[in-house]
Amino acid sequence: MKSWFTSCVFGAIALVAPTMAMAQKTKVTIYTALENDQLGPFKQSIEKAVPEAEVVWVRDSTGVITARFLAEKDNPRADMVMGLAASSLLMFEKAGLLETYKPAGVDKLKEVFRDPKEPYTWTGMDAYLGVVCFNTAEAKGVAVPSSWKDLLNPALQGKIVMPHPASSGTGYLMVAGWLQSMGETEGWKFMDGLHQNIAAYLHSGSAPCVQAARGERVVGLALDMRGASEKAKGAPIEVIVPKEGVGWEMEASAIVKGTKNLALSKKIADWGVTEEANKLYSQTYAIVASPNVKNTPPNYPAGAEAGMIKNDLSWMADNRDRVLAEWSKRYESKAAPKN
Amino acid sequence: MSTAVQRVSVATSSFAEKRLVVGERHVAGALIIALCLVLVLIIALPLWALLSKSLESSDGHFVGLANFVTYATTPTLVSSLFNSLTIASITTVIVIPLAFFYAYALRRSCIPWKGAFYAAALVPVFAPSLLSGLALIYVFGNQGLLKSWMMGAPLYGPIGIVVAESLYAFPHAVLILVTALALSDGRLREAAEALGTTRRRMFWTITLPGARYGLISAGFVVFTLVITDFGIPKVIGGQFSVLATDAYRQVVGQQNFPMGAVVGIILLVPAVVAYFVDRAVQRRQTALLSARAVPYVPQPERKRDLALLTLAMAIGGTIIAIYGTAVWGSFVRYWPYNLSLTLKNYDFSAVEPSGWEPYWTSLQLAFLTATIGTALIFTGAYLIEKLKFFPVLRGFAQFLAMLPMAVPGLVLGLGYVFFFNASWNPLGLFYGTLTILVVNTIAHFYTVGHITALTSLKQIDREFETVSASLQVPFWSTFRRVTVPICLPAILDIAVYIFVNALTTVSAVIFLYGADTKLASIAIVHMDEAGAVASAAGMATVIMLTAISVKLLHLFLDRMVLGRLQRWRYR
Repeated sequence: MKSWFTSCVFGAIALVAPTMAMAQKTKVTIYTALENDQLGPFKQSIEKAVPEAEVVWVRDSTGVITARFLAEKDNPRADMVMGLAASSLLMFEKAGLLETYKPAGVDKLKEVFRDPKEPYTWTGMDAYLGVVCFNTAEAKGVAVPSSWKDLLNPALQGKIVMPHPASSGTGYLMVAGWLQSMGETEGWKFMDGLHQNIAAYLHSGSAPCVQAARGERVVGLALDMRGASEKAKGAPIEVIVPKEGVGWEMEASAIVKGTKNLALSKKIADWGVTEEANKLYSQTYAIVASPNVKNTPPNYPAGAEAGMIKNDLSWMADNRDRVLAEWSKRYESKAAPKN
Repeated sequence: MSTAVQRVSVATSSFAEKRLVVGERHVAGALIIALCLVLVLIIALPLWALLSKSLESSDGHFVGLANFVTYATTPTLVSSLFNSLTIASITTVIVIPLAFFYAYALRRSCIPWKGAFYAAALVPVFAPSLLSGLALIYVFGNQGLLKSWMMGAPLYGPIGIVVAESLYAFPHAVLILVTALALSDGRLREAAEALGTTRRRMFWTITLPGARYGLISAGFVVFTLVITDFGIPKVIGGQFSVLATDAYRQVVGQQNFPMGAVVGIILLVPAVVAYFVDRAVQRRQTALLSARAVPYVPQPERKRDLALLTLAMAIGGTIIAIYGTAVWGSFVRYWPYNLSLTLKNYDFSAVEPSGWEPYWTSLQLAFLTATIGTALIFTGAYLIEKLKFFPVLRGFAQFLAMLPMAVPGLVLGLGYVFFFNASWNPLGLFYGTLTILVVNTIAHFYTVGHITALTSLKQIDREFETVSASLQVPFWSTFRRVTVPICLPAILDIAVYIFVNALTTVSAVIFLYGADTKLASIAIVHMDEAGAVASAAGMATVIMLTAISVKLLHLFLDRMVLGRLQRWRYR
């Protein structure tokens, strides 16, 4: 009986001991919308730079993770947010959910990637663009578009999909992009024409390009990196930045107010502005915060940085409700019978 | 409490008989109150936590009904509401007759391969709902294998939604109707036959009325399932907007919780209607299986069996073919441009950082949910249906049990965030753990399990309870020694139903999973979003095969072990 007891105790110790050794590391929970395949390398690099931290990701699409973070605001569960749309972070900032911290070395970044307002809470990482995925195998003689106007071609009727601006941040950045770059009157006029060719407004920023890549549609307006990765997998698509320029958004990171791991989070935030971190960002996106890092991921559209319109993120945030209401009035009430 | 104890002791000294009655009443009261508390905690409070937001502005001020007014004046509302009702009605009208005759073939005919047909009907429940969307795109999409069958009509839109929703809702209806048709008193038919009644007349006067309760339940289950589901309209709905996608758009697209709550409340209406209709029907339902019943055993009859076999083969075959295509798709390198086959889509670590880990978490969740959930649901249904004490509390519990069906998972999931993550809530301890996923999943799938249990319990004559009472056997002994053994098939059905749904559920748990508790169903959504469609189909296939294995095990148990317990049915 006694030996049975002793062996149990030793067994328990043997089980617990490795966990105790592990406990030296502090778990830092980061909410993120980064792509799945980015998570591993990011974790590795962060843990190398901040050895006392163990990164724990909670990853989902931008909309879901933003809704979840806001729903949890009474009792935040995340220590940091990373790789989330800057528009989401502006919302968090407005709700007073972000910690004020300016990472060391942030001044070296391109200006547009820095929080323009005091108190300083968030830092941009990389920019993503709303581009055109064009399936050349299904085009049936329609030339590869180079301008937004080319999408008004009647031959493309019912063959274009784009993200729904009220469901997807990518959809909204495109609408906001057209309104800002073409001016409101011209922008709405363009969308009136485009609407004639749209088959459906989808509820995701990636899905339109995935559908174009699979030949379900000819044209998908979507996120740039999704286009590049589908092309790399063998899809017969061209990823195009139309010559008038495209709307864009950035991924950003910030520390959550009230985190129990403030010191560690600050170190990770510092890591986020280093060149090493920027090199990681540039594996997926061509345009990153650091001016010294230049890399174009394979199959990434050419001329992306030049194609970025002058985008005002706070204009986007302030006018969102108005633009979505107008959009819904124009295209949803009459869209319903159209399938 | 002390008065209760006194009363008991007084009773003890006077009549032994009375002591038993008092004691039984107290135990029943305690159990019913406990049931109500649990249901309030896992269903009512989380729902209230979200739905109360419908009366607030987005920054938390009380605004009365302003949100409802805004929503009602938005031009899209009427069309979404109309679309939702149309889709749900059409689907119900298609599914219920098909499911009824399918269940009829399984229970009241002598067709061969019943087990296989039963399993085939349940395949859509075995697979994550995304798989049916992917499968339909493979078959009927713009690049689909049978695109010509669509005769130029687009899959994306109402047609696609109705087809996919019918597939999705079919097994739920079959499950309820098979239970409803399982028990029937053979003496009625013998009497009818002796009187020379025609078959047609027997069908309309004996079979249908006997299954009436199941038919109405199944109708409401299908209707509410369709109206609350957002996964299928999201993937395949194209431009066709319905209430559930409106809720998704408000919550996930714009983080507008008050508006999401408004849509959530509108979606609750069908459930509330279902509850009252259910009550009305229930009052007229008489027990089918009286203590003297002789179970009906179908006799072979060539014409009927052949017709039913053709129907079962057509439906079962269609289901298998559609899902089979998706399984094939999971081995394809790059659909539709490179159709060579490969196994690399099953190396999930290439597209999902935790690799196969989510699969094991899902299994754990499913096992815990099935065991705990079935015990809770069946005991709860027994307390509600068979005890005569505390009618008001039982009615309340019944109402709560019927609610989750009508709640979109999205609404339930967010409600859990608001309620369990509130800074004052000591249960916040469980937040982000497997526990909360288990609790949430039980709540989410409570209703169908509950209806199955009720349907099965209703068919047992109350005489069993009356006899027990006159023999001074307390209800818990009757429950243990009579009710549970009789209902064992239904109990196993519930357990398997919950197990399988826990494997495939997405909409509620997507807000609740923690860093270490990511589920396979969520991994599937992520892989699909990332364009790894084949891997998503692959993981979905693995889930489906797991669920099917569990079902086969269930069938085996049903035949080998329960066969002995159920032999009284076939004496």
